[in-house]
Amino acid sequence: MTEPVPASPVPIEALKDKGPDKPPRSKWRDVWEQFRKHKGAMVGGAFLLFITLGVLVGPWLWTLDPQALDIRAKDMRPIYTAIWNSEADVGWAHPLGSDQLGRDNLAQLIAGGRASMAVGWAAMLLSLIIGAGIGVVAGYFRKLDGPLMRLTDLFLSLPILPLLLVAVTLFRQPLRANFGPEGGMFILIVTVVGITSWMPTARIVRGDILALKEREFVLAARSIGTRPFQIIKRHLLPNVLSPIMVSATLGLATAIITESALSFLGVGFPSDFPTWGKMLADAVARMEDFPERVMLPGIAISLTVLGVNYLGDGLRDALDPRIRGR
Amino acid sequence: MLTYAVRRLVLAIPTLLFISFVIFMLLQLAPGDPMAQVPLTVPPEVKQMMREALGLGEPPLVQYWKWLVQVFWTEPKVLVDWMTSETALFGWLPDTQLYQDELRVISWQTRSPVMEIVLQRIPQTLWVVGMSYIVGVLIALPIGIYSAYRQYSVFDQAGTFITMVGFSIPPFFTGPLLIVIFSVQMGWFPSIYDTTHEVTDWASFKYQLSQMIMPVMVLALQTTAQLSRYMRASMLDNLNQDYVRTARAKGLSEAIVVMVHVLRNSMIPVVTVIALGVPAIFGGAIITENVFKVNGIGQLLITALFANDLPMVMTLTFIFAFLIVLFNLIADILYGLLDPRIRYD
Repeated sequence: MTEPVPASPVPIEALKDKGPDKPPRSKWRDVWEQFRKHKGAMVGGAFLLFITLGVLVGPWLWTLDPQALDIRAKDMRPIYTAIWNSEADVGWAHPLGSDQLGRDNLAQLIAGGRASMAVGWAAMLLSLIIGAGIGVVAGYFRKLDGPLMRLTDLFLSLPILPLLLVAVTLFRQPLRANFGPEGGMFILIVTVVGITSWMPTARIVRGDILALKEREFVLAARSIGTRPFQIIKRHLLPNVLSPIMVSATLGLATAIITESALSFLGVGFPSDFPTWGKMLADAVARMEDFPERVMLPGIAISLTVLGVNYLGDGLRDALDPRIRGR
Repeated sequence: MLTYAVRRLVLAIPTLLFISFVIFMLLQLAPGDPMAQVPLTVPPEVKQMMREALGLGEPPLVQYWKWLVQVFWTEPKVLVDWMTSETALFGWLPDTQLYQDELRVISWQTRSPVMEIVLQRIPQTLWVVGMSYIVGVLIALPIGIYSAYRQYSVFDQAGTFITMVGFSIPPFFTGPLLIVIFSVQMGWFPSIYDTTHEVTDWASFKYQLSQMIMPVMVLALQTTAQLSRYMRASMLDNLNQDYVRTARAKGLSEAIVVMVHVLRNSMIPVVTVIALGVPAIFGGAIITENVFKVNGIGQLLITALFANDLPMVMTLTFIFAFLIVLFNLIADILYGLLDPRIRYD
């Protein structure tokens, strides 16, 4: 008689499968934890969210028409001027004052922010789509790599700001005729900024794709007969998401600054349509008497771009697996 | 290395031709008419003749060819003539007299050769923008080095914040801001750059300095912000390398380790970044020149654009493109020369 063998042998202590202590953590949760450690990025992201929401719901909260002229209430000062100058022309009707035509500064700031943010987001998305598309195609299809990268080099050697100015001054009239003064200008600026700023994204994405497509999981996918388009969509794009997101933030900052610069030089939106850049440009002539009209839009532009840049910095740290967890 | 340089040089020619073709065709779409300001009493057929005198009657491709000939054949001849007759360097050579009154690229605004106007404007741009670039580099390098050496110190945190701010504030805001503070409130510096001012003695030199300081600072802030980040990142990469430990282990002083061993290796990428920024000196400061009323190249481009002066716009944009291609090439070659690990062949 031998001893009966137990149905399931007692496992060796050291090899016992204890099971994970904690539930598995998703990648995005790790990213979020790392991102939260970067204070500047949190503040910047929160500020960007605040500005975006502010310009979206602002017109319902502050219902004054930014283009309404009220010549009796012109040249009013912001309400805080009353603290040090009791004779200043202030009033709660225009808490941030009014300009030389009596247009309310707060309403103009909100409307201008709408224009700037809309142009910024749209141009950023356009340049991302072009950049990521060209980068992926150049990285994945070897035949297209050479021509597409030559094209990228060509675009990189174009003088961007002069060309922007040329394009905007040249195509203003036909687009205005077709899409109205504001719509035409919006399309023009977004297109022009988009097609002149996609090159860095394309280069970064191509580099990453070149490295990724030699990895085993792509080989496995190909060996079970996945088509190139599906490989790109399912396996490659999710893996290059982080560099794309980082260059998205940089693109947003550049687009906002470029739009404001064009408005400042007087080739942007039509003159009665407020944007931050144009408010600043209009106010420069009288900034000795009314410095706030330069400061308010200037600070708005700078803080938004600063927030976006910090957000990008934090994202870069959070999305980099070598830094994460340290 | 030499074959690489030659190959890049040869490749640059079709690139430049293509860029100039694209710009030319873009400008062909311009809606303006150079005869728009001519009085209505001038009959249309005379206007047509005037247009043809400006070279507008030909088909676009012929116009483009003529522009190419003017820029690449006629203008160099003028340049050679000028060098052999006026300059000290080649003045001892006999006057070549190559230029035989062919048509040069003529500005529609002033009816004078575009190149002459460009040559008049270049000194102002070089002085202001070039000086700002030098100042920016001189400020950025020490900041980058020190904040990398003391990573996460108060200096580093403050430096990162300031570079972030300098990155984010556009020059069309810092410019007016400086004018309000230093010209209006304090009254220290003039708000407008006086280009007719000549430096003859100490007082006029001081005036030149005071009128240059604000535009130079505005532009230097941008340069500093970009460069010091590069410098810091590049130093950080090198400070953790094994050769640094070796250098310390054999008893070299900290100053020599950082300022010689680490710095020389960290400068390699930074030098190329500096070279890549040089074309912007010649053309990038459009906004700052506008704010401070410096009549340099950038301001020339803006006024030419608004005045619909297409030959001027065309030539200026091409000059910018040429400089960008040239300095891209120089940066790549410098990278190969400075870093023996880089092999191009």
